[in-house]
Amino acid sequence: MDFPAELKYTKDHEWIRIEGNTGVIGITEYAQGELGDVVFVDINPSLSELKSGEIFGSIEAVKTVSDLYAPCSGKVLEINQNLNGSPDKVNTDPYGEGWMIKIEITSPSDLEGLLDSGTYAALTGN
Amino acid sequence: MKKTMFYDLHQKHGGKIVDFAGYKMPVQYSSIIAEHKAVRTSVGVFDVSHMGEVFIEGENALDFIQHISINDASVLYPGRVQYSAMCYEDGGIVDDLLVYKITDARYLLVVNASNLEKDVAWMRQNNSHGVQISDLSDSYSLLAVQGPDSRKVIEKVFGEEVDLEYYHFKMSAYHGTEVILSRTGYTGELGYELYFQGDQAMAEKFWNSLFRAGEEFGILPCGLGSRDSLRLEMGYCLYGNDIDHTTNPLDAGLAWITKLKKPSFIGRDAIMDIKANRSKRKLTPLLCEEKAFPRHGYEVVLNGRNIGYITSGTVSPVLEKGIALAYIDSEYAKEGNELNFLVRGKEVPVKVVKLPFIQK
Repeated sequence: MDFPAELKYTKDHEWIRIEGNTGVIGITEYAQGELGDVVFVDINPSLSELKSGEIFGSIEAVKTVSDLYAPCSGKVLEINQNLNGSPDKVNTDPYGEGWMIKIEITSPSDLEGLLDSGTYAALTGN
Repeated sequence: MKKTMFYDLHQKHGGKIVDFAGYKMPVQYSSIIAEHKAVRTSVGVFDVSHMGEVFIEGENALDFIQHISINDASVLYPGRVQYSAMCYEDGGIVDDLLVYKITDARYLLVVNASNLEKDVAWMRQNNSHGVQISDLSDSYSLLAVQGPDSRKVIEKVFGEEVDLEYYHFKMSAYHGTEVILSRTGYTGELGYELYFQGDQAMAEKFWNSLFRAGEEFGILPCGLGSRDSLRLEMGYCLYGNDIDHTTNPLDAGLAWITKLKKPSFIGRDAIMDIKANRSKRKLTPLLCEEKAFPRHGYEVVLNGRNIGYITSGTVSPVLEKGIALAYIDSEYAKEGNELNFLVRGKEVPVKVVKLPFIQK
């Protein structure tokens, strides 16, 4: 299973790609595998600010529904609208076209609590 | 946890294994949606060996089956299958089942795995007819080959023409092993269910020859996930979700198998009473046009008031819309009515529709 080293992870199975003060957020390959076929990604369109640990949306998969938790605090810059038509990108390309939300990181200290790739892999039993 | 004869093959095919009704069963291999679509457009194979096979033997076999089941088994002839159910005295459902008439003195009842022990105990408790009740579930394997290309696959594997009508079966053989070849299924497609006793080597050989024969059609192994979404698109009831001991056949839309003209059977008086007093709730098909996923246990509301509960729900892979069965107060269950269901506190509109959800 692939957990890219350049990403940071949460125990709730989100990843964040940090580039300067922006962060792109999605769910991990492990998470998409556990969920199975994703049919809807429901991100609250009225959100402008995220607080670390806050629920910013949910993923409806055939088997179950799962909440999405913000890995850190930030201002919402962009929501991946392509997932409306192609929610399966979360399954087929979780670290690429399956990204969900882009934020401006407002509290860099939040990042200290995130997991590196090796620690996250161990958490999933990989 | 028990394993079926196909457990090693499930692992080899990348099956995601879950505990289900006491068995280690595959819920999916590649993707529930891909498996679902394979059955709708070509062919898929399900291991459903967890199902229960109970043989009823003796000269009073028919009388016994008439006593414990709500459908009229007297219309069966050797080679004919019937969908039926067993009820308690109060009309609650013990289980739904298939009745196979093999000979006048030998029938096969196929029951849900999760109910097997309870069903067999219920049969023995009500065996006033001196029949022999043999639970052969552990020795029988069962594969369901389903989809528009299933007949071609079956004919290639058996090397014979298979011209069976729906809900008919015949005795056939695969390399010397007897196979009950039944034109039944839980998907709404052309399909076959294959019952046989054999060791793991025989079972694997059989599975492999089905997959070799189906290769040209893009045959896929299918898990419990797509089995559930396929049956729900057709509106077929699932025991434990849509029917159980607290629901009766009339409310569940199973009046068509409830033969009240039969002079007596367990539960008949209670069901007559329910019919006379009109049932208060009805299992109702709901369609959702919005981006929302109806699930088991969600509330159905109207003007902020609870009027029922969803018992089964999914997003139909064919319609790409939410579909659900829900017990609704009868007065609101009319086709075309607009209701709401609650998704984690949020009201989402649904419409009462007709079954099946998809046009076949």
